[in-house]
Amino acid sequence: METSVVASLVSKSFGHGNHRVQALDGVSLRVGKGELFGIIGPDGSGKTTLFRILASLMLPDKGRAYIEDFDTVSQYRDIRKIIGYMPGRFSLYQDLSVEENLRFFATLFGSDIEKSYPDIRPIYRYLEPFRTRKAGKLSGGMKQKLALCCALIHAPKVLLLDEPTTGVDPVSRMEFWGMLDLLKAKGITVIASTPYMNEAMRCQRLCFLQNGKVVGCDTPENIRHAFPFKVFSVKSADKSRLLGDLRKFPACHACYPFGAYHHFYYKEGSLRMEELESYLASLQHEEIKIKESEPTIEDCFMNLMSQGGTDGN
Amino acid sequence: MKQFFAFVEKEFYHIFRDKATMLIILLMPVVQVLIFGFAITTDIQNTEIGILDLSGTPDSRALVQKIDAGPYFQVTARISSTDQLESLFKKGDIKIALVIPPDFSDDMAMGQGTQVQLVTDASNPNEASIVNGYLQSIIGAYSLERYPGDAPKSTSIETRMLYNPQLKSAYTFVPGVIGLVLMLICTLMTSVSIVRERELGTMEALLVAPSKPICIIFAKTVPYFAVSLFNLLVIILLSIFAFDVPIRGSFLMFFLASITYIFTSLCLGIFISTVSRTQQIAMIISLMGLMLPTVLLSGLMFPIESMPAVLQGLSYLLPARWFIEMGRIIMIKGLGFGYIWMQWTILMGMAVVFLGLSVRGFKVRLT
Ligand SMILES: Nc1ncnc2c1ncn2[C@@H]1O[C@H](COP(=O)(O)OP(=O)(O)O)[C@@H](O)[C@H]1O
Ligand SMILES: [Mg+2]
Repeated sequence: METSVVASLVSKSFGHGNHRVQALDGVSLRVGKGELFGIIGPDGSGKTTLFRILASLMLPDKGRAYIEDFDTVSQYRDIRKIIGYMPGRFSLYQDLSVEENLRFFATLFGSDIEKSYPDIRPIYRYLEPFRTRKAGKLSGGMKQKLALCCALIHAPKVLLLDEPTTGVDPVSRMEFWGMLDLLKAKGITVIASTPYMNEAMRCQRLCFLQNGKVVGCDTPENIRHAFPFKVFSVKSADKSRLLGDLRKFPACHACYPFGAYHHFYYKEGSLRMEELESYLASLQHEEIKIKESEPTIEDCFMNLMSQGGTDGN
Repeated sequence: MKQFFAFVEKEFYHIFRDKATMLIILLMPVVQVLIFGFAITTDIQNTEIGILDLSGTPDSRALVQKIDAGPYFQVTARISSTDQLESLFKKGDIKIALVIPPDFSDDMAMGQGTQVQLVTDASNPNEASIVNGYLQSIIGAYSLERYPGDAPKSTSIETRMLYNPQLKSAYTFVPGVIGLVLMLICTLMTSVSIVRERELGTMEALLVAPSKPICIIFAKTVPYFAVSLFNLLVIILLSIFAFDVPIRGSFLMFFLASITYIFTSLCLGIFISTVSRTQQIAMIISLMGLMLPTVLLSGLMFPIESMPAVLQGLSYLLPARWFIEMGRIIMIKGLGFGYIWMQWTILMGMAVVFLGLSVRGFKVRLT
């Protein structure tokens, strides 16, 4: 695959002395043309900083980044012509209507709505009924669609989306990712960050960020196959006591709460389900339910994070 | 260029759709003119005055009578000695006294500048200067009456008489109010609207556009320029129709002076936006750092001549000071460009400096 976006050993820190924060620490990535690339990481892991550096809005302290072979530092003018960027915070004009916002951004990027209508039509059709409504009065999902339209209005080659679905209802989130699939099909490179694991699955490749470092980067399938443990989903009447007891069990590698169940990681062959069940029964747990599960992307994420955490210490 | 106009259009939407902004734009000039025109108009009537007549001639007595007879003063104490004068002041019985020197009559007869001394309590320098003006004009009128052939050469009398013959102080406040209102619109609103974009995050979306950031900033100033012209017109019309303020000099010249001042204030607003991180900071700098000094030091309310040297020095830094001077020279004295070129040049110089600093401080990236 041809390369579209490259970051190589990008570092960035903020503040001075004791208040110094290393937002990015030697981040490298390579994203192919037309790829839908996901960036996952907890709050403060450096996702926004990475997007800003890629969008040429911030200078890296160390390292370089390229978009379509343009250097983000020296050739920022060229880059700004070919990227669409959707900042993390909703950044359209709340007091302008849907159409006014769109028209403004179109003109700003030297395009116009009519010319780029075919490009944005699949997304804009959701917005068309609210054409004259002020952007500030739209629902979260509608706002994100409008922001995406605005970012797409000049037919960019690369789309950078910083947490585009955060704070948006689940239905709109699915719709939104459907749109990204369409863009990908058109050959636009899309890099998006998200805190939602189920969305991350829809990316072709994923990159985990933690404390400014890349702790893993691969396709969702490979990431799941590389998960080194087996997983039990465990449930009982007293959930909070259960978590502690599970973690005390010798064969337990790690255990995290996942909705109604706790996910219990163990080395293959080190444990049978009955052993765990009798252990929990001996501790007077009631309504015990244990089942074997496939590792989800979130399991992989938690595991990578805990490794990253121990590396960091 | 199309981008520029899209920007200007968008900025007008922001202005017209924000009720607070509209309220400020529509009401502030009117309110300011009315406040300054009615409430703070420092016209005097029946001001109590003490007289120490050391001359004791028919000339001086007639003058005192004339002062007493007019609507502005009321002679409440006839003082006999300098000592008594001092003690009356100390006790606070009088606030203003006129001392007529022994050679008053001779000087007047000889057509020399007469020297009367006005003693005032310094608590209100503004009132003192106005009283001073009134008294001088009365004395001037009196000596003209008395010796029509060779009027006294005292320039101070002549100047006051020339510029403000009806003794209406209302005139002098108009350039001041214009200076204040335009400063608020241009500097405060421009800087806040630029910083707002940075705070709300819209600047992030603008910066990734291929247009030059400096173009964004210039586009921001256009609507405020238009609003300023509108306000200028409102204030001038209101002054003419509500307060009979005449514009003696060329209207065009006054317009030129105002546009220069608007330009300087806009540049200052842009500059403030480059150094303020938040809207509050921009607002504080504009209000505390600019509006307050403008009200107090620019000559709008208190005469600059009666300020301590330090404050006079500070007033040199205020664009409004130079504009108010120009405004008074044109509106009240009716003089031409030859008399305002210095103030005009200073304002232009300030604009260039602010603009230079802002262009240097303006970032094509986030910080
Ligand atoms: N402009 C900035 N000034 C100071 N610190 C910053 C700035 N931007 C980000 N940081 C810090 O850098 C770290 C990474 O932040 P960010 O890139 O926003 O992470 P994320 O988007 O993943 O939540 C955080 O600790 C944050 O506080
Ligand atoms: Mg972020």
